[in-house]
Amino acid sequence: MLSYISGRILQSILVLIGVTIICFIMFQYMGDPALALAGMDATKEQLEETARMLGLDRPLYEQYVRFLWRAVHGDFGISFMTKTPALQLVLKRMPATLELAGTAMIFATLIGGLVGVFAAVKPRFVASRLAMVGTLMRITLPTFFIGILSIYFFAILLGWLPPFGRGDVIGIGIWSTGLLTVSGLKHLILPALTLGMFQLSMSTRVIRGEMMEVLAEDYIRTARAKGLSVLMVTLRHALKNALIPFVTIAGLQVGQLIAFSIVTETVFQWPGMGNLLLMSIGQNDQPVVITYIMVIAFIFVFINLTVDLTYCLLNPRIAYD
Amino acid sequence: MIDTRKVLRHYFKSPTALFCTIIILFFGVLAIGADWIAPDNPYDLRTFSLSDRMKPPAWMQGGSVAFVLGTDDQGHDILSTIIYGLRTSFLVGFGVIALSTLVGSILGLIAGYFGRLIDAAICRIADVMLSFPAFLMALLLLGVLKWQGEIPVILAISAIFWVRYARVMRGNVLAEKAREYVDAARSLGAGHLRIIFSHLLPNAVSTLFVIAAVDLGMVIVLESTLSFLGVGMPLTTPSLGMMIASGYNYLYAGIWWVVLFPGLVLALLILAINLLGDWLRRELNPRMQ
Repeated sequence: MLSYISGRILQSILVLIGVTIICFIMFQYMGDPALALAGMDATKEQLEETARMLGLDRPLYEQYVRFLWRAVHGDFGISFMTKTPALQLVLKRMPATLELAGTAMIFATLIGGLVGVFAAVKPRFVASRLAMVGTLMRITLPTFFIGILSIYFFAILLGWLPPFGRGDVIGIGIWSTGLLTVSGLKHLILPALTLGMFQLSMSTRVIRGEMMEVLAEDYIRTARAKGLSVLMVTLRHALKNALIPFVTIAGLQVGQLIAFSIVTETVFQWPGMGNLLLMSIGQNDQPVVITYIMVIAFIFVFINLTVDLTYCLLNPRIAYD
Repeated sequence: MIDTRKVLRHYFKSPTALFCTIIILFFGVLAIGADWIAPDNPYDLRTFSLSDRMKPPAWMQGGSVAFVLGTDDQGHDILSTIIYGLRTSFLVGFGVIALSTLVGSILGLIAGYFGRLIDAAICRIADVMLSFPAFLMALLLLGVLKWQGEIPVILAISAIFWVRYARVMRGNVLAEKAREYVDAARSLGAGHLRIIFSHLLPNAVSTLFVIAAVDLGMVIVLESTLSFLGVGMPLTTPSLGMMIASGYNYLYAGIWWVVLFPGLVLALLILAINLLGDWLRRELNPRMQ
């Protein structure tokens, strides 16, 4: 077990180093950073000076080591556009993305859980069958189309909810939250539902599958036979056991949510990290793109590691070599 | 091995499967015959003009019969753009499936058949690839390398999609390799290639087929999403996602047709592919019967 955990941690570190190497290679092909930083009308001397300042005249491996050294110290360079530290820019956008993804996750898990459990307990109900067809339908509509349709109906035609932006935010320390103001909450509803839809069908299907498996077990019949109500058996005995595999899958879904929030943020002009990424790609703002990739890679590796270790702790029966 | 006759018999009895096939074939014919079927070539500079921009569909006031579903902000006929956009969707969809199946199968075969170090290396790479969402990887590849068009999108999406084919192939090979008939073939003097191609490959095909059917819908959604974000197709290539993106800018002005028609076509196509894929999965999965 201990060797499994340490091996897993070592693997995560190797993945992160791999990502830095890939980033470094990819960005050799993404335009000249000296030109981007010095500006279009810089003289030849100014360009050389900037290149020397950025260390571009050094051999590649030395540039990479420098890049890695700085990255470990939280220095990913200065944004070409805003001339402020790239890491700061990305981290400033993080609360918006995490609040969006978190709300979407809660929504998807709660609704998906309810529908999934119901569909498993009463599989022959018309409502259950409709729900399962619905989950299949959902996979067919691209996220961006759902977002646009919901804006058209709820914001433009009905005028119930604001179409884009994040509304008023309150700063608590370094975290700026939109969850504490009415306008912030109103702005959150449509994007969170759109993003959550993506996970909803998945949650429903997983919960339903796990529940049906557990409900077929002998101990469920025993519990019913000793006189417990259906509700009691479903919640106390079945759901509890169906939740374990679900939690691990839900953990992995957080990563998917953060990735797909790029689309939702673009549609709703939500000021999160994904929005910043697309803007920076458009403007060739290399340091910001690198920082985004590294931050996201870190989040993913962290989630995967946590999920694997949790799974390892929850399932002592599985032998790890 | 799959019982092809039985699957076909069930197929012709299933209204869902037949209906989905008709929809997919209909769109497929439109895509292939776009040059003859579409009213005009929307991206031929000679055939569209800015003076025709933002025309509503023919049945609304101000619409004209020449543009049945209206025009977008550049004066492109929407019906024609949808038809040509379908061609892009199919091209990318089948391109990714073909490339991923090919690369995935070969790597999976090698990993499963030869084992040891090669196996370990391929599996580690696959693990790492699977821990990042395909969408994010494709977006970054295309966005950073600034490379647009059908081929780059096919390559970028395939960069992740081969993994599942490789894993399935490897699993199948590992299971089949232990069977006696493989030993028998080897003792009869069959070489590696002969065992792989005439014994291992045919047994793994049905599983790969199901994955491909399910993946096709996903790839088409991915392509449209990438194009919607502006990193997929260049402005000169018709794409459903890009058309929706350009129409989205004018939605607040009440111009809904540029967004709605391509969106509905996309949804219908993906629904048909997914339902058919789901049917196929249930049909070919022995545990479900």
